Amino acid sequence: MTTTSTRTEQPRQDAEREVVLEARDVTKHFTVRGKKGSAVVRAVEGIDLELHRGEIVAMVGESGSGKTTVARLLSLYYPTTGGEILLEGKPVSHVTGRKALTYYGQVQLLFQDPFASLNALKPIRHILGRALKIHGKARGAKQVEQRIHELLTRVNLTPPEQYIDKYPHELSGGQRQRIVIARALAVEPRVMLGDEPISMLDVSIRLDVLNLLKKLRDEEGLALLYITHDIASARYIADRINVMYAGQMVEGGSSEEVIHDPQHPYTRLLLDSSPDPGRGLEGDQQSLFDEVGDLGEPPSLITPPKGCRFNPRCPFAMDICNEKEPEKVEVSPGHWAKCWLHQEGRADLLKQRNIQFGVPIETAAAEAGIDTVNAEDILDRTVALEGETTADLGPFQP
Amino acid sequence: MTRRDVGDVLLEVQDLSVDYLTLNGAVSAVSHASFTLRRGEILGLAGESGSGKSTLTTALLRLQRSPAVTVGGKVLYHGDDGTVTDLVPRTDKELLHLRWNKLAIVMQSAMDALNPVKRLGAQFVDVLRQHDPRMSEKAALERAGDLLALSGIPRDRVDSFPHEMSGGMRQRSLISLALACDPDLVVMDEPTTAVDVVMQRTIMSQVLRLQRELGFAIVFVTHDLSLLLELSDRLAIMYAGKVVEIGPSTELYHHPKHPYTKALRDSFPPLYAPLVEMRGIPGTAPDLMNLPDGCAFAPRCARAMDLCLTKRPELVQVSEKVDAACHLNDPQKEPVGAGPSDARSENGHAA
Ligand SMILES: Nc1ncnc2c1ncn2[C@@H]1O[C@H](COP(=O)(O)OP(=O)(O)OP(=O)(O)O)[C@@H](O)[C@H]1O
Ligand SMILES: Nc1ncnc2c1ncn2[C@@H]1O[C@H](COP(=O)(O)OP(=O)(O)O)[C@@H](O)[C@H]1O
Ligand code: SF4
Ligand code: SF4
Ligand SMILES: [Mg+2]
Ligand SMILES: [Mg+2]
Repeated sequence: MTTTSTRTEQPRQDAEREVVLEARDVTKHFTVRGKKGSAVVRAVEGIDLELHRGEIVAMVGESGSGKTTVARLLSLYYPTTGGEILLEGKPVSHVTGRKALTYYGQVQLLFQDPFASLNALKPIRHILGRALKIHGKARGAKQVEQRIHELLTRVNLTPPEQYIDKYPHELSGGQRQRIVIARALAVEPRVMLGDEPISMLDVSIRLDVLNLLKKLRDEEGLALLYITHDIASARYIADRINVMYAGQMVEGGSSEEVIHDPQHPYTRLLLDSSPDPGRGLEGDQQSLFDEVGDLGEPPSLITPPKGCRFNPRCPFAMDICNEKEPEKVEVSPGHWAKCWLHQEGRADLLKQRNIQFGVPIETAAAEAGIDTVNAEDILDRTVALEGETTADLGPFQP
Repeated sequence: MTRRDVGDVLLEVQDLSVDYLTLNGAVSAVSHASFTLRRGEILGLAGESGSGKSTLTTALLRLQRSPAVTVGGKVLYHGDDGTVTDLVPRTDKELLHLRWNKLAIVMQSAMDALNPVKRLGAQFVDVLRQHDPRMSEKAALERAGDLLALSGIPRDRVDSFPHEMSGGMRQRSLISLALACDPDLVVMDEPTTAVDVVMQRTIMSQVLRLQRELGFAIVFVTHDLSLLLELSDRLAIMYAGKVVEIGPSTELYHHPKHPYTKALRDSFPPLYAPLVEMRGIPGTAPDLMNLPDGCAFAPRCARAMDLCLTKRPELVQVSEKVDAACHLNDPQKEPVGAGPSDARSENGHAA
């Protein structure tokens, strides 16, 4: 059973100091080849990130915002295009294979899919034993066995005897993800990078894995990067939240401040769009899904908008937003955002109760060259011959 | 929140049971499901993975494929002309007319439902012309553009291949396609699981707008209870192939009458409310081939009693609008919401 506390009251002073892993102004461009020649995908740009001992930092954002790319850069899966990665203050050069072993002894990546990341043909004993041996964390059958038992206990798979001889397919999704975590822990890393580690798990077992990660933070001082698109789970587990948009970090701060006092319009959009149990049920409250029009999608990273990348979707966009990329502004100690509203003295706009983000459906329709969006009209024309169906109707297979 | 006006009965599901016939014997994936759906109503269906949500919804529309077999029960469809048809004994041919015209579905995976090597417009044209063979190709293509417009997609997208569109756009175009023939019921199986929250909000606000204009009923399947609470008039909670609780969303949220409903509700961290230590639901879902004699939830239930191990609780009316299947609601038992024990604060991990 996990015994963790939700620590919002007492910030850990000591932890505040010790930076374990750091990214400084990290950029990654991919060159892709298409029919019309090659193009550059500006997947992430200017990422600054610090992971502290005993602290969980979350990175949230829509899909395609660059979260996975950041995790892969930090785990040396790709070389960076620009910027630096530092482990315990020392710059890390891009190495692969055996040369990277020392790095992986410190930094471990947890993947999204616990099904794909375990060798299906090997029992748990082999999977964990191998990780211990490769990193020289245990020698001799007896010591290995003992360490495996410890690992299983640490991830709450107890009694260990019940699990050690099982194969991955004999475990539930949550149990499998705990094996993945145990395998990462076998290496005794200082940092774990979790790329959506619970998104493939069933709702009922997600909390269990989150609680386990919190326990590892509290009891073992692990530094964790928690990547997710679920901002409520980020708040539950993380001390700090960073918000990614279109390859850039646009806001960062303590979880409670980012959630209760967001300082970037995109953070507001994300929060305003997240279902929250308990909201929307009271009589007069606006429903999350009341007419919002089209909220838009993130821009192409091959030709991102000039200036602020959020400007095509931002209801507050000003001239400067289309010209110049916003600079980082510290709004309160440790809480920053990149948005011109702050320099322009208009940050109060972010406190409005209702922000109208969407393009009204009529406007969207006019832009799309559609003269009517009256659903009945459209269907009246479509259903003119209802009842005369003679053939099976198309791709209608479960 | 504005609740919809619901009308007459549209679908009456009585004692519906669906088995998968496997080499190791029959798996009872849905057993004795009963509920009523009214015109214009939104019914949310929630439960863990494997609890039978997709099996139930495909069986409702008689779309299940072998090895799934409906082994009992009725699905009574009330037409707008007052006729009542039991869908279960109908042949595929007899059902043709109802599908798309009256009953439509948006599947769990948009990618599976669209042909990857065919332009979107051509796929719409196929459906529309099968529906109405006399429609010219040109008219059908025109109509395809109109239908895309229903969900706010630019009409020039008829020339796109599915992979050229974002996941959100694909899902929106499928919803348009489902509405092509103005159905009475649209079943949506996890239509937004693969898109992120902002796109989910765009899609759902459009679905609800169309629903208000056109008045179709929705059965909405997801494991995301927070989403369902925002969306549905009523909720049905499934566990191990059974509907264990059904009633108005607000009732189930504030006064759950089944410990599993309560535990599921407490599995979602709040976005704004003060944070407290939370737990998931201990243990794992039962093996459907090997269900315990009594209540299937008993091994994971903090409030299980001796009776729960021997007697299977039936789904019965427990308050004016709520039905639940749990012995705690038997006369003289403490109600689920009350009492010292609580599925979230007690009970070790049976994992
Ligand atoms: N083709 C099949 N053969 C045998 N058993 C099956 C088959 N399809 C599903 N099942 C079983 O039926 C049960 C219900 O499955 P179903 O797909 O309806 O669940 P679900 O609630 O939709 O889950 P999810 O949330 O993962 O979509 C599960 O135990 C599943 O393993
Ligand atoms: N190997 C790659 N080659 C080309 N483009 C890539 C590659 N990996 C990621 N991208 C692009 O980089 C952007 C960020 O992707 P990703 O980091 O996977 O985002 P997220 O994890 O936030 O969903 C996307 O536009 C994606 O298409
Ligand atoms: S910089 Fe301008 S466009 Fe960008 S988020 Fe701020 S106000 Fe909106
Ligand atoms: S019947 Fe018993 S075991 Fe089942 S949910 Fe109710 S209290 Fe728990
Ligand atoms: Mg990713
Ligand atoms: Mg399903």
